[in-house]
Amino acid sequence: MELFQIISPVCYVVLAPLLGILLAGSDRVITARMQRRKGPPVLQPYYDVRKLMSKERSTVNGVQEFYVLCSLIFMVVTGIMFFAGGNLLLVVFTLTLSAVLLLVAAFSSNSPYAHIGAERELYLIMAYEPMVLFTAIGLYVFSGSFDVYDIATGGTMPILYLLGIFAGLVFILTMKLRKSPFDLGSSHHAHQELVKGTTTEFSGRTLAMVEVMHWYENIFLLGLVALFFFDGTLLGYALGTALCILVYVFEVLIDNSFARMKWQTALKSAWLVALVLGVGNIAVLFAFGG
Amino acid sequence: MSFTTRSPWLIHYDGSSCNGCDIEVLACLTPMYDIERFGIIHTGNPKHADIFLVTGSVNEQNAPVIKQIYGEMLEPKVVIAVGICAASGGVFRRCYNVMGGIDKVIPVDVYVPGCAARPEAIIDGVVKGLEILERKREDVERSRKEGPK
Ligand code: SF4
Repeated sequence: MELFQIISPVCYVVLAPLLGILLAGSDRVITARMQRRKGPPVLQPYYDVRKLMSKERSTVNGVQEFYVLCSLIFMVVTGIMFFAGGNLLLVVFTLTLSAVLLLVAAFSSNSPYAHIGAERELYLIMAYEPMVLFTAIGLYVFSGSFDVYDIATGGTMPILYLLGIFAGLVFILTMKLRKSPFDLGSSHHAHQELVKGTTTEFSGRTLAMVEVMHWYENIFLLGLVALFFFDGTLLGYALGTALCILVYVFEVLIDNSFARMKWQTALKSAWLVALVLGVGNIAVLFAFGG
Repeated sequence: MSFTTRSPWLIHYDGSSCNGCDIEVLACLTPMYDIERFGIIHTGNPKHADIFLVTGSVNEQNAPVIKQIYGEMLEPKVVIAVGICAASGGVFRRCYNVMGGIDKVIPVDVYVPGCAARPEAIIDGVVKGLEILERKREDVERSRKEGPK
């Protein structure tokens, strides 16, 4: 256990909301610029959450807020374990737990819109989960350890051997970041055929917690992307940080240039990607002696 | 400083409008006017909305719908009636099914005149509505501090 492994999760807990705000805010500004609009201030996500906190307190039932809170907590735990250099499999499982708890919160109301949104989110989980697992397995085959710490300080950049897995991860990142064409469950944009999908029945403080959860989630996901470039040197860390931001901008571009797809397409394409890029990459690793 | 006025999310409902005002409301979202620069999000969900923008008049059929949307919105909230139809029924006021302006069923805070109301006027109306929203937020805050009566 190194000092770094204590400092970095603490930094995550404190800094992730700040970075998350900036990320979500710049996302909205970049999106606006891509549509030739001026866009909101960069701190807009923060204003939104503060506004939501000051709204009247009211929920559709007693448990919804609790589920959302648990979802937020497990998201933070996911990030803490990841940035502490913990076990990648555990990280993946708590990540899923957090996503599932959000679904449970949506299902706990009687609203048909929330139900459809939650069902679609469920399809998305089905779609991206194999690729997330292959990411963990690929990193294991590459480095011989599931520990993030060992992978990050392994001496070689995982990306050199795991290009296929990296491409697959970027593909499913579109789903995890809730971006078009795979923003089936709920979206920040004005697609309104489902009112607001998963978040339809969340309001005020509950919705604010969902937003904060997304900030934590996005920073964790970018950390996962950056891990592919870490080789224990300062250059690797710098490269990882720069490229995970680039990947995010790329996702924003995809978001703005695609319409929403059907869940069947999402499922098929994500599984195909997982099979070809994920399994293919791991097979190649094995074929050439790991 | 209040965050309510920096992030007003609005829901738009089309009463029995001729669609003239609706198109002007949508024009506010275009790059030309871009209301998102004020932090405004056009949402379809009353539970997320702070501002209720109604175009067109109230008729016998949509009166319950308007009341329901208004009821689902959380305090503090503001109602903005856009166009003459929403204010008084306008050219449709003598129709057998039309009840009149929006204020026949729910309290209206801001009236935006015009047939159709211009996007500039609508944005102006929303900004006026923000002042009222801020006052209402202070009321909510105060009543929360004092606790339930
Ligand atoms: S005010 Fe004029 S433009 Fe607006 S809905 Fe009424 S008739 Fe149509």
